[in-house]
Amino acid sequence: MPERDLKNRINAASIVKFRELGLFIFIIILSIFIQLRNSSFLTLDNINDMIRNTVILSILSLGMMLVIVTRGIDLSIGATLALSGMVSALVVRENPGMNPILVVLLGIMIGLICGSTVGFLVSRGRVLPIIASLGMMNVFRGLTFMVSGGRWVSAHQMPDHFKAIATGSIMGINTMIMIALFIYLLFYYFVNYTRTGRYIYAVGSNPESAQISGIENSKILWMVYSLMGSLAGLSGVLWVARFASAQGDTAMGFELNVIAACVLGGVSISGGSGKISGVILGSLLLGILNNALPLIDVSPFWQQAIQGFIILFAVLVNVLVKRRVDRSNLMRRKI
Amino acid sequence: MKEKLMSAKRSIDLKSLFQYWEWKLVLIFIIVIIVNSILSPHFLSAAGLVSATRIFLDKAFIVLPMAFVIILGDIDISVASIVALSSVIMGVSYNLGMPMWLAMIVCLSVGTLSGFFNGLLIVKFKELSAVIVTLSTMIIYRGIAFIILGDLAAGGFPQWFSFLGWGDLGGLPFMLVTFAVFAVIFFILLHKTTFGRKIYAMGNNLTASRFSGIQVDKIKVIVFTLTGLMASVTALFLTSRMGSTRPNVAIGYELDVIAMVVLGGVSTAGGKGRIIGVILSIFLVGFLKFGLGLQNVPAQAQLVIVGLLLIFAVIMPNFKTKTKIRKSKT
Repeated sequence: MPERDLKNRINAASIVKFRELGLFIFIIILSIFIQLRNSSFLTLDNINDMIRNTVILSILSLGMMLVIVTRGIDLSIGATLALSGMVSALVVRENPGMNPILVVLLGIMIGLICGSTVGFLVSRGRVLPIIASLGMMNVFRGLTFMVSGGRWVSAHQMPDHFKAIATGSIMGINTMIMIALFIYLLFYYFVNYTRTGRYIYAVGSNPESAQISGIENSKILWMVYSLMGSLAGLSGVLWVARFASAQGDTAMGFELNVIAACVLGGVSISGGSGKISGVILGSLLLGILNNALPLIDVSPFWQQAIQGFIILFAVLVNVLVKRRVDRSNLMRRKI
Repeated sequence: MKEKLMSAKRSIDLKSLFQYWEWKLVLIFIIVIIVNSILSPHFLSAAGLVSATRIFLDKAFIVLPMAFVIILGDIDISVASIVALSSVIMGVSYNLGMPMWLAMIVCLSVGTLSGFFNGLLIVKFKELSAVIVTLSTMIIYRGIAFIILGDLAAGGFPQWFSFLGWGDLGGLPFMLVTFAVFAVIFFILLHKTTFGRKIYAMGNNLTASRFSGIQVDKIKVIVFTLTGLMASVTALFLTSRMGSTRPNVAIGYELDVIAMVVLGGVSTAGGKGRIIGVILSIFLVGFLKFGLGLQNVPAQAQLVIVGLLLIFAVIMPNFKTKTKIRKSKT
């Protein structure tokens, strides 16, 4: 009996692995296809550019993964990103001599405040995540316009060392990529090897039993949304430094891309499962699509629909694969 | 002694009266009207108030079926994209030489089909929540609108088409009259038919409803299709009011619509809510925004206010039930 159990588990695990492998293979095939159509795709310059464009998406996707693992969703992160980017850009404009690290910390703080507000509403106020984050999205977006008076902060108002947060390099590697790598490693450790990290999955896969076994669900939820907010705050600073402009409508609708990256990466919307490697691959796929469609002469107006179809396709395939696994497991049980 | 008893009794009566969310809405509504008319002498002019409805009533058509969706315990965030898609297809087909009445029918059928597609996906893939399905169709529908029209606009509609958005019928805006008709229809549908009772039953307990013989899937598909249809009705009025259409019309409408439904006392947990409350909240939010506009409050600050109002509306009943539970425990 235990042997058969183990077999099933191996079967399920191999399919999960197959999923990531499938995503990886899909990315490679896509890259080869694009490379054949336009040879400037796989040049070092373009790859570098593409990765830098994907970094923010992937950082946010990690946070969103945790939120979705707890069966939630956070639609407010685009607005949080804009607010933190705008405030830090304004502060830098007024104090050009400010240390970049302080600016980054400031951005993270603002994001943390935003995220923990959403988290408070979800965990203590017991508001549905989608409603809470929808409402706060309005609030944050409105605040962004209000603090800036509707004006932009543009490149010439930012000191060089601020822009260097995104353009500079440490040991020959772009700072943004370094930050992202650091966050990947941190999250990998946190999610897989710490107790709190495992609690997140416990809360997501079965809230009742998590509660009964002594996990404080509301604390975990609060923490997850605060983490998401902090990452959005960090991304806000990176975004503003990278594009050298802070606007009221920065990253409008970006939350959908982030959710899409998670879904592509195999994070289950019903909670409880999701892997960091998958999410990174998912955001890489979206990044490649964004970067490559213009290169192979697909009109930018097609991008949104193509993205939408790919997301829907990925979600539906996910369900079908899961049904298949469940059915085969049941069949085996009969014999 | 007697007096004390009496007063206690009366306060209890008042309390039970005010437990209805609708009464709170009426109260807030009156406050909004009073404050606004104190702040601006122009607010209370009847002509101004009636014509102000033209500004916000276009979304109101989606609010009615969205109440059904949320009572079911689901959500539909693709409505704004359906508005854009059906409006764009109507504009393009008119510009390609289709007669206007036919283009309008095309608009309504595009909306209905989009809603039906949503419903079908949700019913066939029960593992997926309505959030994720409508999120992806939201991107797809808006994306198709962009494929069709790019960054161009379609317009040049015949003169009579602007009657929908700007015309009067018996002294009232045509939009208001149409909305009143739809409101009555949806009221009857939800509160006076078995269809409505089934929606409540499904919102309260889907499994029990299925086992008691309700055709759960069918009703879900109907409700989502209805939402798509009403979104295209909104598209008609919106397009008529603006005189032209672009793929980026109605961005963010889904948030306004959901906010109005939730503010109207429809519980996002499903199974609770009434059309009266929803209608009240449409006018409450509408007149609030109208008043804020008269005060020159910038649109961004209005965003903040509506967002906070939404949060406030959802969180209030939650805290109340919490204290109730605490009381019943002691």
